Amino acid sequence: MVRDTNRHFKFDWITIILFLLLVGFGWLNILSASHTGTDIDYFTFSQPYGKQSIFILLTFCIIIVVLGIEAKFYERFSSIIYIVSILSLIGLFIFGKNVNGATSWYAIGSMTLQPSEFAKAATALAVAKQISDLNTNINNIKDQIQTFVIIIIPALLVLLQNDTGSTIVYGAFFFVLYREGLPKYYLTIGVSVIILSVLALKFGILITSIIASILILGYYFLNRSKKKVTLLQSLFVLLLSIGVSFGVKFFYQNVIPPHQQDRISLWLRLEKDPVKLQQMKKTFAYNLNESEKAIRSGGLNGKGFMEGTRTTGKFVPEQHTDYIFSTVGEEWGFLGCSFVVILFVLLLLRILHLAELQKSQFSRIYGYGVASIIFIHFLINIGMVMGLIPTIGIPLPLFSYGGSGLWAFTILIFIFIKLDSNRINEW
Amino acid sequence: MRQLLLFVSIILVGVLFLSRLFYLQVYTSNEHDLFNNDNAIRKVYDYPKRGFIYDRNGKLLVANQPSYDVMVTPREVKPLDTLEFCALLKIDKEKFIKTYNKARRYSPRLPSVFVSHLSKKDYAALQEKMRKFEGFYIQKRSLRHYQTTIGANVLGDIGEVNTNDIRRDSYYIMGDLKGKQGVEASYEETLRGVKGIKFIQKDRFNRNIGPYKGGKFDTIPEQGKDITITIDAKLQEYGELLMQNKRGGVIAIEPSSGEILAMVAAPTYDPNILVGRERSKNFTKLIRDSIANPLFNRSIQGVYEPGSPFKLMNALIGLQEGVITPNETVTCYAGYKYGNRFMKCHCYIGRRNNLISGIQESCNAYFATTYRKILDKEGNASTGIDTWSKHAKSFGLGNFLNNDLHVGQKGRIPDRAYYKRIYPKTFYSTYTISNAIGQGEVATTPIQLANMIAAIANRGYYYTPHIIKSIEDKTLPEKFTKAKYTTVDKTHFEPVIEGMLQVYKKGTAASLQVKDIDICGKTGTVENFAIIDSLKTQLTDHSIFVAFAPKNDPKIAIAVFVENGYWGSRFAGKIASLMIEKHIKGEITRKDLEDWILRHSLEEEYAKPYSGEPFRINAHTRLQLVDDSEYKRLKRQLNATLQNP
Repeated sequence: MVRDTNRHFKFDWITIILFLLLVGFGWLNILSASHTGTDIDYFTFSQPYGKQSIFILLTFCIIIVVLGIEAKFYERFSSIIYIVSILSLIGLFIFGKNVNGATSWYAIGSMTLQPSEFAKAATALAVAKQISDLNTNINNIKDQIQTFVIIIIPALLVLLQNDTGSTIVYGAFFFVLYREGLPKYYLTIGVSVIILSVLALKFGILITSIIASILILGYYFLNRSKKKVTLLQSLFVLLLSIGVSFGVKFFYQNVIPPHQQDRISLWLRLEKDPVKLQQMKKTFAYNLNESEKAIRSGGLNGKGFMEGTRTTGKFVPEQHTDYIFSTVGEEWGFLGCSFVVILFVLLLLRILHLAELQKSQFSRIYGYGVASIIFIHFLINIGMVMGLIPTIGIPLPLFSYGGSGLWAFTILIFIFIKLDSNRINEW
Repeated sequence: MRQLLLFVSIILVGVLFLSRLFYLQVYTSNEHDLFNNDNAIRKVYDYPKRGFIYDRNGKLLVANQPSYDVMVTPREVKPLDTLEFCALLKIDKEKFIKTYNKARRYSPRLPSVFVSHLSKKDYAALQEKMRKFEGFYIQKRSLRHYQTTIGANVLGDIGEVNTNDIRRDSYYIMGDLKGKQGVEASYEETLRGVKGIKFIQKDRFNRNIGPYKGGKFDTIPEQGKDITITIDAKLQEYGELLMQNKRGGVIAIEPSSGEILAMVAAPTYDPNILVGRERSKNFTKLIRDSIANPLFNRSIQGVYEPGSPFKLMNALIGLQEGVITPNETVTCYAGYKYGNRFMKCHCYIGRRNNLISGIQESCNAYFATTYRKILDKEGNASTGIDTWSKHAKSFGLGNFLNNDLHVGQKGRIPDRAYYKRIYPKTFYSTYTISNAIGQGEVATTPIQLANMIAAIANRGYYYTPHIIKSIEDKTLPEKFTKAKYTTVDKTHFEPVIEGMLQVYKKGTAASLQVKDIDICGKTGTVENFAIIDSLKTQLTDHSIFVAFAPKNDPKIAIAVFVENGYWGSRFAGKIASLMIEKHIKGEITRKDLEDWILRHSLEEEYAKPYSGEPFRINAHTRLQLVDDSEYKRLKRQLNATLQNP
């Protein structure tokens, strides 16, 4: 008994407090964004904020369950959890319910469940298990491929269900793999391709090629004496870069669907014609335009809780889900927004810090996975709401309305808290 | 070092987000646009009651009437019993469908007018059943309700503001009503009150979803104030009746206060035609009538040469400057010879006129002599005309009266500077001799002339003529209650007034005497011209008359202008006498004059310049009688005015 009570105090309360602050503040904003009329019924199924209160109550049950399970369970059963999760994703093709063009939900009565949210946690467990295996060497191509397959299967399944946003989240595992020793050229290639893509789309292939030539040949001539790279190698890289530029342009123009083309064009400000820009504001840019307007109207201090005129008027579509941050912007202003951003940064850094403290490799890798997944969500969601990143529909963790998302992130985080609480016992 | 990648990324993204937030929310924030540009907030105005207008005797002239419009918001319309609805609105089904589709095309979410200006009766019937017709509602508006058919030019009207009004005064928004003419315009701010504002929160479909911040910023409307104007409705009505079938202006002032008792402009119109559904059509009709010009307020906007009444002015200046004495005489040779030119006069050859008989007979020679004496007093007509001009201007002539009427004209009293253009070097009194008899360069409006007579009646001072008698709880501004003194001494007025009295006793208006009232008057017969087919063509003279009465305790000063009425006592004099009797006695003993005026019309005279035919004027015209039906109509109108208490 004495040991048991002690164990409760080993939970990382800083993470738990940050978690609670985000969930609580999120609920206040969901209330503001989804509230209509004058009465507030805190627990009602007819209003998103009422549903969210119920979700939050259930979250506490989930926390108790997650923390109650023996830590070893997660490592041992990670493969099974992963397989169940994959099966649930496959099951969607047969039993799934289509909402907004994505077949990502199971409908049980009036409740819906989104297995792709839980799959992220399952994948994080599976990846941690795979890499921490004594037989795995991340520098080994075969092991790399095995690990990639674990990540790509769920990513592909959600892509097939038309949920592009969730697919991109699986890119988060790059941080995990890199931390665990993935060769550096992956990073170099990754960053290069991103830069080349942006350049090619924004300035065209010619300018991109010229920039690439100057950089690559310049690097070669400056380091010629050190014999680091040969001219042939440099020319090959250059050719590859130009090839990538063409590829990206081709991909942009012929492969990706028109609505995503529009989003990228909007993000890179490719459209200059004011008439068409005006047209865009009324169509696919409407959301972004309204959300930016709402955020700007908040000013330094915001208009006050439940007093944002654009929020009350429901000017920003999807405001209580993906665009919840615009409510924060309007009603709590720069101060409130900074508070949220800092909360997220603190939460991420805390998890990262704890992960590095782990003695078990499994726990560390899992912790890294948790931080990476939350980070990608944070980056894409808030970036999108403020127009820094093309529109990609994924929720803000712990903040946005939705049961599946909230529970999935709760499970994701609290498994780590459980693992962390166990680290002293491991010796 | 591999641990650093995610760590650095997190920090970088955090900093990036904070900078972007700072840029959006602090650097380029639009938070202060709340009340002006926030399309999430709708301003709804609560219009106060517009003030009523009463005449000097407390008779209500203008009130308000509710008007009911049925509005529709197409999106909210639920299936309804169209048969019953159409019956209530008194429309047929085709009209219903047409109007509904039109509203839908305009906007399914915004309200449009479905049927405008329902009668009170239809409204009552409809209101009972309104709850059955979802998506429809009744919008109450306020329109003016004239309790009279007279005084259109005095009362004016209200109409929707235009973009210029909005630019000049940001109080107004599109659709607001504003006084456009008359006292409605000049007392706009008093009558309208201040509208209240409600801030309503709306959603992205432009629907109302409740008061913004619980109505914290809302304001309550301030009711418009009632005003009492100086007009005597009975006198005004009588004046308008007399001026029917004539053109011109009549203006009567109470000398002891400057209050305008009547302000008649003819032709005029019934103010009721500018209310409600027909306003726009009727207004267009009025403003397009460029011949009769009913919107032109001749009593304050009409600039005429004053003619003989201006001789009074010259007499006063002559006395003040000491160039004439009341008893000094001038011999008339049936005219006045100056240089090689000759100004005709009605006197017989060799008649010797002093000041009194000069006024009484309106002797041109007498006043030409006087005028020359004034100008040549210092041996230099240039300084002489400036002195003359200064005195005349002290009677309120030649400049805006600066009163509370919406429109006005300066008129003209020339001085040396004015003549510099025409006579740059030499300047002699004879050049401008026409000014002696109120022709030539002098020009006045009827109200200026009436005010000049009021100053004479007061023996040397006047109150700025004004139309406001009282505003609920406010006192009148000092400019209306403080006497303005002329530059002519009190003593010089008596002989001039005696001359005016003689005009009635045995002079040019001897036939217009009214029993028991000592009227002092002066006739005027003014030559006038029009450009017809680019030729300057003389028209029949204007008939002008000015008067005040009673002589010793003036109650009314009046100026009457009847365009092309020929000599002064022919039309204007009769009307002036009748108006004076009406005001002082309250009833008419000179029924013969009244009957004559009602029976005669000048419409033929006015048609002449537009006929395209050559025409004859003055002595070669014949008097036009109104036909029997018109005469009967006027008589009926007259009787109606007598019966009304």
